[in-house]
Amino acid sequence: MSLLSVSNLRVDFNTRNGHTIAVNDISFSVEKGQITAIIGESGSGKSVACYSLLGLLPQPPASIESGQALFEGHDLLQMSEAELRAIRGRDIAMIFQDPMTCLNPFMTIGDQLIEPLIYHKKLSKNDALARAKELLVEVGIRDPDTTINNYPHEFSGGMRQRVMIAMALINEPKLLIADEPTTALDVTIQAQILKLIAELQTKRDIGVIFISHDLAVVADIADQIIVMEKGHLVERGNREQIFHKAQHPYTQKLLAAIPNSTKATSSHEPEPLIQVEHLKTYFETPSQLVKAVDDVSFQINKGEILGLVGESGSGKSTIGRSILRLLPVTAGKVSFAGTDITALKPSDLKAMRRRMQMIFQDPYASLNPRMSVYDTLAEPLLLHGLESRKTVEQAVLKLMDDVGLARAFIRKYPHEFSGGQRQRIAIGRALATKPDFIVADEPVSALDVTIQAQILDLMLALGQQYGLTMLFVSHDLAVVRHIADRIIVLYHGKIVEQGSSEALFNTPQDSYTQTLLQSIPGQSLRAS
Amino acid sequence: MTDTTLQAEKGTSLWEDAWRRLKKNKLALFGLGLLSSFVVIALLTPWIAPYAYDAQNLDLGATPPSAAHWLGTDIFGRDLLTQIMYGGRISLAVGFVATAVALLIGVSWGAIAGYLGGRVDAVMMRIVDILYALPFMIFIVLLMVVFGRNLLLLFLAIGAVEWLTMARIMRGQVQSLRKQEFVEAAISLGLAPATIIRRHLVPNALGPIIVYTTLTIPSVMLLEAFLSFLGLGIQPPKTSWGLLISYGAETMEEYPWLLIFPGLALTLTLFALNFLGDGLRDALDVRRSAD
Repeated sequence: MSLLSVSNLRVDFNTRNGHTIAVNDISFSVEKGQITAIIGESGSGKSVACYSLLGLLPQPPASIESGQALFEGHDLLQMSEAELRAIRGRDIAMIFQDPMTCLNPFMTIGDQLIEPLIYHKKLSKNDALARAKELLVEVGIRDPDTTINNYPHEFSGGMRQRVMIAMALINEPKLLIADEPTTALDVTIQAQILKLIAELQTKRDIGVIFISHDLAVVADIADQIIVMEKGHLVERGNREQIFHKAQHPYTQKLLAAIPNSTKATSSHEPEPLIQVEHLKTYFETPSQLVKAVDDVSFQINKGEILGLVGESGSGKSTIGRSILRLLPVTAGKVSFAGTDITALKPSDLKAMRRRMQMIFQDPYASLNPRMSVYDTLAEPLLLHGLESRKTVEQAVLKLMDDVGLARAFIRKYPHEFSGGQRQRIAIGRALATKPDFIVADEPVSALDVTIQAQILDLMLALGQQYGLTMLFVSHDLAVVRHIADRIIVLYHGKIVEQGSSEALFNTPQDSYTQTLLQSIPGQSLRAS
Repeated sequence: MTDTTLQAEKGTSLWEDAWRRLKKNKLALFGLGLLSSFVVIALLTPWIAPYAYDAQNLDLGATPPSAAHWLGTDIFGRDLLTQIMYGGRISLAVGFVATAVALLIGVSWGAIAGYLGGRVDAVMMRIVDILYALPFMIFIVLLMVVFGRNLLLLFLAIGAVEWLTMARIMRGQVQSLRKQEFVEAAISLGLAPATIIRRHLVPNALGPIIVYTTLTIPSVMLLEAFLSFLGLGIQPPKTSWGLLISYGAETMEEYPWLLIFPGLALTLTLFALNFLGDGLRDALDVRRSAD
C-alpha cells in the first residue's frame, strides 16, 4: 500500500473575478522511502494540490470538489479539522520556501523546537532539549549547545532552512512535504540542502513530496517526477523517463528551458566602454563596516555581455549600482566612454543617465503600480526630450512591439500583467532612452523557467538590435553561461576569477569557482 | 481590434481613471452630491435664508418646529434653520480650508523628510515633535494676541496644528516606498527628486492620506467649536455648527431640537465625507478595479 494515494482530486477557486479549476482531476501516489517531485510553473496547481490535502487552503475561496486522499488508509479529505490537526506536524510535516516567515522571531530556536515535544510527546524539558540537540546535529548544525539558544535572525538563510527541517522532523513524520525549500537559497547552499533532504529521507525511510518549479533542482534526488500544467497532471515517471523519454510537449518545453548551452563567442574588438578601477563601496552600519565591494577592477568592452556571478552578499548587485551611481562609491574610479562618472556633478549626471540604464530583479517592485504601461514608457522619452507629446505615443507603441507586448495593453496597469510581461515592460523602460549600456540585476530569477528562457532570448535579440553593452548580474551560473560572453566570479566583494564563458566553465582555476560549478543542480542530467 | 480599444481608452490618466471608477460607486456619488449641495446652500445662504442671521424675537422665545420656523427657534427667538445655514458657511469653510492647509504642508513636509532621509529627515521630524509638544491652547492664544482675532487666522492656526499627524503618516509611507525598486528605476532614468516625489511617491501614498483627511475635516469643525466656546473663535451673533451644538447641548432637556438639528447637519456631513473618502481611496487604487 502506498503511503499516500491521491485519486481524482479536484480543487476549484471561486473568486469575484470568476471560477477557476486550480487542480483538475489528478491522481498520484507517494511511496514510503521515495522522493516524489511535483514540478510545475506558478499557477500550475502544484502547491494547491498539496495544501488541500492538509486542509491548509482557506475555504472559501477554495473548494475541494471531489477526490480521495488516502494516508495510511484514512481519507484526509474526509477528516474533521481536529483530526487533521493531529496529523499535521506529527505524521505529515511541511517545509516552506522562506524559513524566516515560518519561525517566530521572538523565540529562540530551542524553545521552538522543544514546544511540540513537550506538547505532543509529553517529554520533560531536559529530555526535549537533549532530543532537539540531537536533531540539530543531524541536520548539520554544528555546536548545538550554543546555537540552540540563538534567535532565528542570527542564522543565515541556509542554516535557517536546516532549523526548519529539524522542526519538521522533530515528531518523526512519515511524510515530509517540501514546498520550494531551496528557491530562496544560494546555489552552493541549495546543493547542501538538497543533499541533506535526500540523506534524511534514506536514513529515516520516510516519504517526501518535493514541490518545485525547477526540473534541474530535482534531477539529482527525485525517484518519481510528476509534471503539472494549469491544474492537469500532464506526465509522470521516474527520472530516466522524464529526462530522456519525455512524451508530453510541456515536459519537453520545460526540459528545453533549462539553460545549458554556452553562448557562441562572438569576436569583439576589445574597445572598452566601461572601466572600473579599484572600486570600493563600503556600507557603514552602527556596529561594523561592511566592505560590500573591496578593490575591484575590470572593464566591459563595447557590445559585450559581461556576466557577474556570486552568491548573496558577494557584492555583485552593489557593483552594478555603483557603476550607475545609484549608490555612493567609497573609493575608486568608474569611467564610461572615457568620462569619470564618480566625479560628475548632479547637473551633468542626467545626460549620462540617459546612456546607462538598469533592469531590476523583481518586476513586481520595479514598476510603479499606479502608472500604466503608457505612463511608464513615456516618462523617460519625455524626460530626456527624445519625443514630443505628440509623437510619444507612436514611440511607446514601437517599444512595446520591440519587447513583445501586444499594443492593446498600452493603458493597462502593472498588476494586470504576469511576471514575464512585467519584466518586458521594465526592459522596454530601460531601452526607451536608447542607452549604450545596461545593468541587468538578476532580471530572470523571479520568473518561471520557460518564461526565463523567453526573456533571456529577448534580451539577447534586443542587445543585438540596439547594439547594447550589458552587465548581467546573476547568482545562477546556468543562466549566465547562456547569455554572457565573459564571466567574472565574485566572492566576498573581491574578484576570484574572470575569463571567457567557455574557459571558465571548462577549466575553472579557482577553488571557489569549482565549488560553484559543482553546485549547479542537475549534474546527473548533464553527465549523461 | 487593437485600434478600437486604443481609441476607446485614449487619454486616460490616473485621475481620469479614478473618476471613471468613482462614478460607478453609488455611495461615494451620494456623498459627493450631499457635500456639494451643502456647499451650494452655504454659498447662497445670504440670499436664500428665510431670516436675517441676527434677527431676534425675544417675545417668541424658544419654539419647536412650526410652519413659520421649520426647525424651530432658540431662546432668543432666532430662526434655527437660518442659524444652521449661516453656521454651515463657517464650519464648512473652516473644515475645508484648514484641512487643505494641513494637507498641503503635511504631505510635502512628510514626503520630503521621508525621501531625503538622514539628517534632513531627523531635523524636520524633530521640528514636528517640538510643535506636537507645544500646548495647543497657548499657541492659539499667542496667535490671537499678536494678530488679533480674525477668521483667516483661525483657519491657519487649526491647519498649523493638524498638519503634524499628516506629515508623520506621509513620512512613514514614503519611507517604505522609497526602498522599492521603481523609485531606484526612476532615479536611474534621471528624474529629479521633486518629480520622483510628485509622480512616483505621492500617488502611491494617497490611500491612508485620503482616509485621514476625511477624518480630519470633522475633527477640525469640532476644534473650531471648542475654540469658539472658549471665546477664541467665532462670536455671537455669528455662529457655527459646533457652537450651535454646544449651546444646544446645554438646553437639550427643555429644547431638544436645538441640539438635534445642528447635530444632524454635522453628522450628515461626516457620513458624506466618509463615503466619499472610501470611494476615492478605492478609485485611486488601480489594483482594486477588475474592469
